[in-house]
Amino acid sequence: MAPPVNVFSEEKPGDNEKAPNHRGSQPRFGARVLTFLVCFATWIVLSGRFDLFHLALGVIASCIVSTISADILFPVHEFRQLPKMFARFILYLPWLLYKVFQANLNVLYLSFHPRMRERIDPQIITFQSKIKGNMALLIFANSITLTPGTVTVHVSVLGKYTVHAIDAKSAEALPGKMERKVEKIFE
Amino acid sequence: MTVISTILLISGLIFFTGGSVGILRFPDFYARLHPAGKLDTMGLFMTLSGMAVYVLSDFTVSALLTALKIMLIVVFIFITSPTATHAIADAGMRAGLWPWARTREEEK
Amino acid sequence: MMAQVFFYTGIFLCVLMLLPLYRAVFGPTVLDRIIGVNAIGSKTTALLVLIGLLYQQVEMFVDIALAYATLNFIAVLATSRYFQKRKGLYEEPTNE
Repeated sequence: MAPPVNVFSEEKPGDNEKAPNHRGSQPRFGARVLTFLVCFATWIVLSGRFDLFHLALGVIASCIVSTISADILFPVHEFRQLPKMFARFILYLPWLLYKVFQANLNVLYLSFHPRMRERIDPQIITFQSKIKGNMALLIFANSITLTPGTVTVHVSVLGKYTVHAIDAKSAEALPGKMERKVEKIFE
Repeated sequence: MTVISTILLISGLIFFTGGSVGILRFPDFYARLHPAGKLDTMGLFMTLSGMAVYVLSDFTVSALLTALKIMLIVVFIFITSPTATHAIADAGMRAGLWPWARTREEEK
Repeated sequence: MMAQVFFYTGIFLCVLMLLPLYRAVFGPTVLDRIIGVNAIGSKTTALLVLIGLLYQQVEMFVDIALAYATLNFIAVLATSRYFQKRKGLYEEPTNE
């Protein structure tokens, strides 16, 4: 796994050969084909017509998009583990949905509670996570926001999280099981 | 089919109600982000799944496409809603607003 | 029978929109208003698909709902980026 790229720091020109900077290098052919397939599937679902004219328009538009921006959806340095990563991500989703459902019941109970102000104790906590890679950071931040009592306030590129928690109990739960789960996807 | 759809719609409405009441009742906007970010997402998921089930009840190709589009909206909301919540919280943090805390209220 | 369920669901959603509207109009800070508008927008997305089901034109209204969800997201991002360094955000001076 490559070290995280700090996009905000100025990079020295000599570091470019070693650093996995996917902006500089050319996107691979496989990434282009995958982007094309995703774009074309979205086109078919959105247009809903199967005659030759609309399909040809879709092929042209997806070709343009996949030529220009193939490296956004599938970054190069993570490309080799992509199928395994995707499968692990699909396996991660049901657990996430279960936690989301739990979180919603919790907040629903809080927002109808008549003496709500005594039950909540908002606080801001910071912690350093071991997760590396931009996509993993994004998925972990969004998972934190969707799960019980916590909202991500700020994420630094090196993995320092600032989290607003609604009570002390949910603040203690971080960074627990979820971090290990997300880390396992991208290892 | 219609029974499942109605149940999903009503449970989605319950989540929506909780979100709206929570937005009114919580003490500051960091706390208000919790119902706004979670309960609205869940309510939208429930109601739109109910409608997708209803659309699929007479099965044709165009009905399948419409249900797929509705699920596309759900996936889109699940990606963008935490991002929007994060953007609002980040704006408050950079502007220097501190969250409401019970201890500080008692000191005053 | 299903049309009636959709009709009353839509009316209930319209009534529910009044609660975030209070937050959007009288909210103490600008960010409260953004939260209110975001909540109204996500309810409108559900309401648009409901209207499509009521008028038997789901294919058309689903596209409108998708575009509305996108616009809602972009509006929230743009306004929160715009207000993050500006004055006029506080309900009271915070230099304690």
